[in-house]
Amino acid sequence: MAEAPMTTRHIPDRLQGRSARVLKSWESLLVVVAILIFTVNSFASPYFLDPWNLSDATFNFTEKALIAFAMAMVVISGEIDLSVASIVALTSTAMGYAATQGFDTPALVAVGLATGLACGAINGLLVTRLGLPSIVVTIGTMSLFRGIAFIVLGDQAFTSYPASFAYFGQGYVWWVFSFEFCLFLGFALFYAALLHLTNFGRAVYAIGNNQTAALFSGVRVARVKFTLFLLTGLMSGIAAICLTSRLGSTRPSIALGWELEVVTMVVLGGVSILGGSGTIGGVVLAALIMGMVTFGFGLLNVPGIVMSIFIGLLLISVIALPILYTRLKRRMAH
Amino acid sequence: MNMLLKNREALLVVAILALLTLITLRFPGFIQPANLGRVYNDTSILIILALGQMAVILTRCIDLSMAANLALCGMVAGLINVALPGLPIPLVIAAVVALGAVLGSINGLLVWKLNIPPIVVTLGTLTIFRGSIFLLTGGQWINAHQMSDVFKGLPRADFLGIPALSWFSIAIMAIVFVVMTRTTVGRAFYAVGGNPHAAIYTGIDVGRTRFLAYCLSGALAGLAGYLWVSRYAVAYVDIALGFELDIIAACVIGGISIAGGIGSVPGAVLGALFLGVIKNALPVINISPFAQMAISGTVIIIAVAVNARAERRKGRVILKKAEAH
Repeated sequence: MAEAPMTTRHIPDRLQGRSARVLKSWESLLVVVAILIFTVNSFASPYFLDPWNLSDATFNFTEKALIAFAMAMVVISGEIDLSVASIVALTSTAMGYAATQGFDTPALVAVGLATGLACGAINGLLVTRLGLPSIVVTIGTMSLFRGIAFIVLGDQAFTSYPASFAYFGQGYVWWVFSFEFCLFLGFALFYAALLHLTNFGRAVYAIGNNQTAALFSGVRVARVKFTLFLLTGLMSGIAAICLTSRLGSTRPSIALGWELEVVTMVVLGGVSILGGSGTIGGVVLAALIMGMVTFGFGLLNVPGIVMSIFIGLLLISVIALPILYTRLKRRMAH
Repeated sequence: MNMLLKNREALLVVAILALLTLITLRFPGFIQPANLGRVYNDTSILIILALGQMAVILTRCIDLSMAANLALCGMVAGLINVALPGLPIPLVIAAVVALGAVLGSINGLLVWKLNIPPIVVTLGTLTIFRGSIFLLTGGQWINAHQMSDVFKGLPRADFLGIPALSWFSIAIMAIVFVVMTRTTVGRAFYAVGGNPHAAIYTGIDVGRTRFLAYCLSGALAGLAGYLWVSRYAVAYVDIALGFELDIIAACVIGGISIAGGIGSVPGAVLGALFLGVIKNALPVINISPFAQMAISGTVIIIAVAVNARAERRKGRVILKKAEAH
């Protein structure tokens, strides 16, 4: 921002070819990193390359990735939703309460989806109707949603879920492919199509790049943003169903700190935190990388909090390194 | 009514008085001067932190790492005291304030030199700082019996009938007030947040000003780290976990605009006091302390909605977007 008026624009003689662009893209870098981590992990631990171990490893990231797909679109549109982890907590609490009232599995799922959507709608209304900055609104609702879970549960826990409810987090569709992993793949395709192939996706990029221009081009900015917050709420609800089903219990501190990991996943996936650019493919790769790193560390008995240092360093360095690289290149060129 | 809505500080004073009246109806003892003094004392650390956060928010940034910075500095203060029980407390405080400032300057440098969005930087350093406490201690606690009596006693020491902890917050309030209203760097905080482009043309280095704001918030987090650990006489990895939200809540309630450039020292202090009164009143009026989180969430949303009404001017959104590019 500070140096904007002084820089001279360098205009290239010709544009890069398609293959060069693909090779230099953020996604290709992620593929290289993923292969590297995969190789290092296979050498570091003899247990890594077992199909069932790898299948277990997917649980590290599938639920967070489900939220990250919707979050990616919110971030591309120039907003942010920090309340996702609290939506997971509130949804899980609502389902736990419904379960104690004797609801069966389909009804529990309906309660979960409805709670997620309702939370998303609250965020969406506050941001679009009142025109409030999403970062503060979602810090507020982050506190509010988890706060309600704390009021309901206090220091208690809901643990009485019906047996058939366990399928979402513990069931397998075929061989080592868990229900959660298939859900992850399905939603990856759905969100990739939604963002990259539809008018709605175009509108999301347009809003993120220049909201005013988008508005004057006939994009219904408020409606698109509201839909995005609704989607984030829905995906948090789905993640809550999977997580609750997998753990079989609900405490108010469930999914604590997930907003950080989801945002890290999105940013690591190459989505600009300032909005306007990013792909679902990148987010999928980032999810795989983060899942493999945490799994590999787990096999090496690294404590969770040390992993979180690594995630924090990863978050800052993936953004800092390209900036340093272009700066270095510019210096070399002169 | 309109006048009142425009003046955030007056509105907050009215809100706090209304809150006190409501509480008094349920529990008359709450407004005893001695009790109000205790409520203030209990809110002192939040006030100190909110003033640091205010400087950062004024420059259109945010510091989510303050609570983690506090925890790390508090742990270091504890470790210094365990290793060198004879070291005078002012030296311990100087050490952790310096450490806090260095940690803050890491945030500041990343924002200044690499132009990384503040929210990403401080989300990252938040986990790094907290993780560092674990690396430093291996998850060990420092308990009351390991700390020297002078170390634990200072925040409680009585001076003119007021505990030293309260004096610390009063002193910081005075210093930050002078910095914000009487110095060029204080002016620069407002200028950078109000209009970064105009600030450049008036000769203000935007990045450097943001860096200084982060140093200030870091130094205050370091001081708060010592105060926290010595007051509660315990240090472990998770102290003040999630407190960054309370700090931001205090600022938002105090009328500090998240879009930068708007806010005052009295506002931040009153915002912190508002939260402090709620926190201290809940147990005495028989509301579960578990309700506190939901209440502060609701208060944040209401406060930001009120702020937005007061700040809304015609064409502002378009202008802001044009400046950002």
